[in-house]
Amino acid sequence: MRASEPFQFVTASYLVRIGNQKSASLLELQKGIEDCSDGSIFYHTFQSLGRHHFLTEGFSNDFAQWVLGSCNRPALAEQLASLDIRDYVSLADLRGDLRRMVGDYCKANPQEAEQAAFEPFYFCETVEEEVPVDRKAWTLEEFRDGLKEMGHASMQFHFITSRLRLHLRTNDFSRWLSKDLELKDLARRVDQIDVYTNTLDSAKARILQFIEQYLEGEHRG
Amino acid sequence: MTQAQTEARMNKLDDYAVLLGSGEIAELRTLASRLEGRSVQMVNSTSVGGGVAEMLIRIVPLMGELNVAIRWDVITGGDDFFSITKAFHNALHGGRFDLPDESFKTFLAYSDQNRARLHFDADFTVIHDPQPAALIDSRTDHGGHWVWRCHIDLSNPNERVWRFLAPYVSRYDAAIFSSPAFAQHLGIPQYLFYPSIDPLSEKNRELDAEFVGATLERFQIDPKRPILTQISRFDRLKDPIGVLRAYQSVKRYLDCQLVLAGGGAADDPEGEAVLAEVREAAGKDADVHILDLPPWSALEINALQRASTIVIQKSLREGFGLTVTEALWKKKPVVAAAVGGIPTQVIHKHTGLLAHSVEGTAYQIRFLLSNPAIAQRLGERGHEHVREHFLITSNVRRYLTLFLHFQAGS
Repeated sequence: MRASEPFQFVTASYLVRIGNQKSASLLELQKGIEDCSDGSIFYHTFQSLGRHHFLTEGFSNDFAQWVLGSCNRPALAEQLASLDIRDYVSLADLRGDLRRMVGDYCKANPQEAEQAAFEPFYFCETVEEEVPVDRKAWTLEEFRDGLKEMGHASMQFHFITSRLRLHLRTNDFSRWLSKDLELKDLARRVDQIDVYTNTLDSAKARILQFIEQYLEGEHRG
Repeated sequence: MTQAQTEARMNKLDDYAVLLGSGEIAELRTLASRLEGRSVQMVNSTSVGGGVAEMLIRIVPLMGELNVAIRWDVITGGDDFFSITKAFHNALHGGRFDLPDESFKTFLAYSDQNRARLHFDADFTVIHDPQPAALIDSRTDHGGHWVWRCHIDLSNPNERVWRFLAPYVSRYDAAIFSSPAFAQHLGIPQYLFYPSIDPLSEKNRELDAEFVGATLERFQIDPKRPILTQISRFDRLKDPIGVLRAYQSVKRYLDCQLVLAGGGAADDPEGEAVLAEVREAAGKDADVHILDLPPWSALEINALQRASTIVIQKSLREGFGLTVTEALWKKKPVVAAAVGGIPTQVIHKHTGLLAHSVEGTAYQIRFLLSNPAIAQRLGERGHEHVREHFLITSNVRRYLTLFLHFQAGS
């Protein structure tokens, strides 16, 4: 089967730009979340998940980790960690929820809110450079072969951060499989892979497994 | 030729594919292909010795193998110049600066000499550390992009020295720091590049069990009992006495040995004093092994780290802490102080355990000795963390990305 449009493999590479903003308490974190750039919210949530993809339990985003590790506030950390980036197609919405959670906690615990953290939180942001690879997939077999060669940054680009780029609750792979190859069931199975409980390698392995199963089934007729 | 230079010549980009996967190496080639025809110039103050030279010895050939036209220049100067830059270095780390104003003129005079000697025509010029920072005066209006790569801890710089250097640094297109805590208000973009280790170097490559065993035998360390190790210079900021106290506290409940291994005592009077203090504090405990190693002990350090049950880094202050990176790479559970760049590497309860005191350090060590499965899991995740972020190939990728970013903007 040939796709109506090819899948263009992209290598993405990321720089971390250091902002001149830091927070030394929960109250300051609340202010920081209000004032920082969208790139910073992206870096500390979407990017954080990709950077720490090999941690498949209990790590969600930089804010939650800092609140736990440097402020020793497990209840708020748990709340922040429960934010699932797959629910967001807009950074403004994500910022709003982060601000609300930290703000509510500070209001309810004014003394804790002002306590100095062990280490400050430094706001950074992502600079992304995309480079299309000399590889396109017109068929599922070509897509599988390209996927096998894909590094972590590209997996992150296509599988995690694509949600924001597409403004859709899906990823590049599922979108192409569904829209251009019309393999809606395969697309759905790929989209259901949990990015929080899989590493990028295990997510890739599962996608490859789904593809092989599909091709085998097709071959059998 | 130094050991590092020999290794760097021997290690090819594809050798790293075994550790990173061929996809990662292919992506480096793709990124580099977009820089075809562009040139890069690295400038620092020494070709041998010191962390920056060791890093460039490895990065320059790897970039060359990626077909990036890269060259490496080293500035020169008299003893007076290097005395001044050494004083700058200490002052930028927060120390005093007692030299007269004349020293700034001497610094600039040597900078002018180097500007006359070197050619600056690359598309991307990376100047490493303060010694060559004033070379920015050679930048022309139509010149390429200039970046200042600062490898030192600038979190608390001496005001007088930083006031002198900051106007030069502000004229670069960007600055690179090893930690967000080191960034300054400069008016130019500032980027985060972590320091890195070479997984194929003598300090980090796989060793056979026989060599590790022979090393333990040589230092009379019992391979059958738990080994706690801190590798670091004999320096008060590394808190070797604190490590000893933590070990003594653990030893009340659990059998273990302590290895404190490092150098710096032979050519540093303070190091010698610290070493004497540590020996005195250890008393006659035969399970404490204090090893003052010469600088050419990379293989021995590698072996000691690999033989360790737990690696400790109880620094009071730390730049990045590459000894932590080395231990994590070897899948060792690490108990470390939450200072400097350590929390970036040791994500508490994920890639190691952090502590804030002697008592806390002792508690975390006891916890890991009593829970070897957890210790093993921390070590494995620590290895992944290093693989992802703190290897020399990650730094090659960061440089390529920075140059692509400049290229896209111009």
